[in-house]
Order: sequence, then structure tokens, then C-alpha cells
Amino acid sequence: MIYWEIFLAFFIPGILGYGGGPATIPLIENEVVGKYGWMSTQEFSEVLAIGNSLPGPIATKMAGYIGYAEGGILGSFVALFATIAPSIILMLVLMAILMKYKDTPQVKNISKIVRPVIAVLLAVMTFQFLKDSFSSLGMIYSLLMVIGSYFLLEKMKMHPAIVISIALAVGAISGLIIY
Amino acid sequence: MVASAKEKQREEAKPQTRQGLRLQKELMIGNFRTGMLGFGGGPSSIPLFQQEAVKKYKWMTEEEFADTLALANTMPGPIATKMAGYIGYRVGGIVGMVNALVSSVLPTVIILISLLQVLQAYKDIPWVKHMSASIVPVVAVMLAQMTWEFVKKSGTTLGWKKAVILILASFLLTEVTHLHPGILIMILIISVFIPFKRKENPS
Repeated sequence: MIYWEIFLAFFIPGILGYGGGPATIPLIENEVVGKYGWMSTQEFSEVLAIGNSLPGPIATKMAGYIGYAEGGILGSFVALFATIAPSIILMLVLMAILMKYKDTPQVKNISKIVRPVIAVLLAVMTFQFLKDSFSSLGMIYSLLMVIGSYFLLEKMKMHPAIVISIALAVGAISGLIIY
Repeated sequence: MVASAKEKQREEAKPQTRQGLRLQKELMIGNFRTGMLGFGGGPSSIPLFQQEAVKKYKWMTEEEFADTLALANTMPGPIATKMAGYIGYRVGGIVGMVNALVSSVLPTVIILISLLQVLQAYKDIPWVKHMSASIVPVVAVMLAQMTWEFVKKSGTTLGWKKAVILILASFLLTEVTHLHPGILIMILIISVFIPFKRKENPS
């Protein structure tokens, strides 16, 4: 049942993604690309890239789109519900209790201790994206794009949306020349 | 005395439901704005939330906002929807919550779906393929930046020795032994509470 799969694919990242939206990205990738095989790394990166260049929370944009691609409008709603509802229900229920313990080290430690795992998941994803890029674009072009976008993002502090647009323009022009 | 104290507590715990369509309209506009202007994902929309909830519409005080944010940070899931949902619930009940969530989430989802459908329609033309493939290395750089931020933050909050050990261990577990990352995260969360129990029975 596709809707149940969609629900699970976004429910798990939703309840395990400590550290906000970005922390759920590798978990979503794990389900959508790794477990269910709904899209390839390339397709996932397109969704992520365009999602990143648009406003709004990233996790819900990913869920809304992937849910729609797999199960239409209802699929989109199922994915959004699975992403949002568990953490909000948890928050409303636990708010009163946690308010009392919010300064205890245990509660604060949760996000601290989960962070290194997310770092590893992100690093693995970075590597997969690079590998994918090398095989589809070739090493030299990929490296030029990596160096160029690193320079624009990190040194020039350019907005991701602008860098993505530049990458699309460069890709379109060089694509027209090659083909 | 006990009963009245309890009653008072319940009164405080109950969300302060303000009446009327005007409130719902404010919730809708405020959350639509934070959703549409929050470039860079959830965390970047937090100052926008504060602007709407504390400064513009005065749904909560500065301190309440800080408390809500601190607590939302300790819970899993996307931060922006937790903030929108909770603030919506506090000022407008269940209807307020649904209203706030829909207003902040749906517009951007619709934009993403329509943009990607345009791309899908033309994706088999070679130069379009090359164009969309060109995004992959850029996303790799963005992910690398995020990775580095998480590593740095781990180092400063846990201490570098502990952080490096945890990073190496989780790499081995997820990549070499193929443990599901969710299980690893769950084990770590449980482990946080174990020393707490030990402290309870003094030895």
C-alpha cells in the first residue's frame, strides 16, 4: 500500500530528525532512495537543490513533493502529515512536562549526542552526490562546478538560490555547446 | 485550597484562545509570510517567527518565545512546523494550529511541485539533462558545508575527543555494518537518560 509506505518513509525521519529540517534530509534520502527506491540520487538532488532555492522549511517541501510524485495529492498530504504531526503532537503533549525539565542536562544532551550521527549521514550523502556527479558529468566539469560553487557560497557568501540559478545557467549553456 | 490551586494550574495550562476570525486571519498572514520569506530552510525562519509572534501580533512575550524555541529544539522534526503549530495552538486552539501549519507549509510545496513538473516535462532533452545534472555538484558543496557545521557544533558542544569518537563509531555502524541510522539515534537518545537514573540511587 503506497500511502502506508509514504507515511512510514516520512514518519521515521520526522520523529528521528533531531536538529530541525536539515537533519531530516539524510534520513529522508535513506528511505526514499535507499529503502523504497522511489527516485535516484540524481532525482533526489534535483528536488533538494530546487527545494533549497525556494523559501520555506526544507523538510516539508521535500515531503510535499515526493509524496505528490508517488501518490498524487493524497500522497502529498500523507507525507506532510507524517512529517509534521508526530513532532507537533509530541510537543503539545510533552510541553508541560518538559517545561519543568528543560534545563536538565539530559534533555539538552539529546541534540548534542545525536549531532555527530547527523554529521556522518550528511558526509556520506555529500560523497554520494560527488560520485554521482563524477559519473554523469565527468571529473573535470564536476570539480570546476564544485570549486566554483564553493567560492560563491563560502567566500562570496552568495545566496544558495542565486548559486543554483547560476549553476543551471552554466549547465544550460555548456549543454547547448556540447550537444 | 488544593482544588483551587489545581484549577488555577489547569487554567494556565489551557491555551489562551482568542476569539474571532480576525485572529485566524492574523495567524494565516503571519505564517504565510514566515513561510514565503524563510529562504534557507526552517532555522532561517526563526527570526521571522519572532517578528510576527512577538513584535507584530504580540501572541506571546519575548520570554515565552525563547522558552518555546528552546523546547522545540529538543524535540525531533522540522523546527519551523513545530513553532508554527505550537504558536497556532496556543493562540487559536486546534483551528489555529491547522491554520498556521497550512499557511506556512502549503504555498512553498505547491511552488516546488509546479517547478519540478516543468523540469520533468523536458528532462529527456540532452542539454536540459546536462543543466539539471549541473546542480548535483553544487548540492554536494552545500551538503559539505552543512556537514562541517554539524561537525564543528559537535566538537564545541561535546568536546572534540568525544565528538570524533562518536563520529567514527557512527560511521562504522551505519556504513560498514549497515545499521539503520534511526536505530542508532534511538540508542543514543536512550543512553542520554541512563546516567540520570544512576544518579538517583546514591551509592
